[in-house]
Amino acid sequence: MRIKIMESNDSRPNATSSRSTRFLGFCLTLGVPTLVLFAFVFSPKDDTMEDAVRLLYIHVPVAIFSYIAFGVTAIGSIGYLWKQSRWWDTTAHASAEIGVIFCGLTLVTGSIWGRPTWNTWWEWGDVRLVTTLVMFLMFIGYLALRQVPASFEVRAKRAAIVGIIGTINIPIVNRSVEWWENSTLHQQSSLTDGNLEDLTLFTWFLGTLVLGIAYLWLMIHRFRVGWLATEHEALSYGAAIDERQAEISLHNSENLGEDGSE
Amino acid sequence: MEFRDVWAIAYKDLRIELRSRVLTNQIAPYTLLIVVLFGFALDADTRTLRDTGPGLFWVAVLLIALLAIHRAVKIENDDGARERILLTPVSPSSVFLGKSLALCIQLFVLEILLFFVMLALFDLSVDKPLLICLSAVLATIGVATAGTLYGVITDGVGVRETLLPILLLPVLAPIAIGATRAFGDAFGRVDTDGWAWFGLLAVFAVVYTVLGMFAYGQLMEDA
Repeated sequence: MRIKIMESNDSRPNATSSRSTRFLGFCLTLGVPTLVLFAFVFSPKDDTMEDAVRLLYIHVPVAIFSYIAFGVTAIGSIGYLWKQSRWWDTTAHASAEIGVIFCGLTLVTGSIWGRPTWNTWWEWGDVRLVTTLVMFLMFIGYLALRQVPASFEVRAKRAAIVGIIGTINIPIVNRSVEWWENSTLHQQSSLTDGNLEDLTLFTWFLGTLVLGIAYLWLMIHRFRVGWLATEHEALSYGAAIDERQAEISLHNSENLGEDGSE
Repeated sequence: MEFRDVWAIAYKDLRIELRSRVLTNQIAPYTLLIVVLFGFALDADTRTLRDTGPGLFWVAVLLIALLAIHRAVKIENDDGARERILLTPVSPSSVFLGKSLALCIQLFVLEILLFFVMLALFDLSVDKPLLICLSAVLATIGVATAGTLYGVITDGVGVRETLLPILLLPVLAPIAIGATRAFGDAFGRVDTDGWAWFGLLAVFAVVYTVLGMFAYGQLMEDA
């Protein structure tokens, strides 16, 4: 991914890629096909879930990284309110966008997995499902707020407060849904009970590693796009103000000229 | 922060509402309309309406709350009212509490109307009146405080009407769940301990009151 924003002779960064992102991209290029091979060819079927288990090599890692992404958004939001720094705001925004994509993928892959396993696309009684859906909707709102035209400071402050409130609300939603139905169809962690075969465990770790690299790669690119976008916005505002001031000066000098001729 | 300031702000909002009569002439009829539409949507089966009554009550309250929050924000936008409040020595937390109190009172009035209409139309009977009253108080405080806070967050943007529901309704999900379960128990429609939900509603109300008191001042200056 290489997005040109500035002129090439500009001293500021003119692309979102760097040596580190190219390295991460290279790792992903190798990692994704390897994961596909291990998930669909090398790893065995599960005794109870059969082939549906292969979906979990994606579903569980994207769920983990969606929660991590929203956590980073909360940290970025607190950081912005504390330091008033564009760096923290851009970090919060970038992570929220990736978090929403990962959260959406979690819901879709979970639903597809649930159909053959639980015999339903959706289960309202499941705490994790409903909590994840509400979290997804809250951060959709957060992204909608970020699209509203406003000055940088106003937008960043409002988004930071919504980001923090959204994260504080997650445990309350979780608790309420848990009391609501007090049930989950999700099985206990297979990692800790020691029943997973070596190859299954390795594929799961590989999936987590690949999705982790994907999160990092997307995060760096999205952060730089966001950074350049705010710079571009500031330059546009600056140019508009300069243009307006030039018009006012011209208008004033013309008036002075008319007054002098009279 | 003084209670006198809080009451002054709440009284101001309530007087404006009384004079404009938007609450009585527009929002109250809208409340009745929602109940009638629920009846149409869920068929003429009274048993279904009785079973879903507690949930429908709180869905209706959330929809009404959106309208009331829009009104509360608009009052501050008209005639530069916000700038004048900022010039007074009233603290932002008092403004927040005052506006939340006014919103609470308006929602209570509408909830009482909605309650009796649903009682009659859905043929509901109340087993635990105290649970109904207390859970309604806590849930309404939660809705009003969260609504006042999100109202100011979405203030000053051209798309407030569409942005506010997207932001607010997911946040109010715990209220919708908690208050519905408490009402379900009070109406004798679900086998659950309604008082257990009381704590959750209280936590929600306290969290949003505290958050609002801290954040409102910052947001009000930018709005």
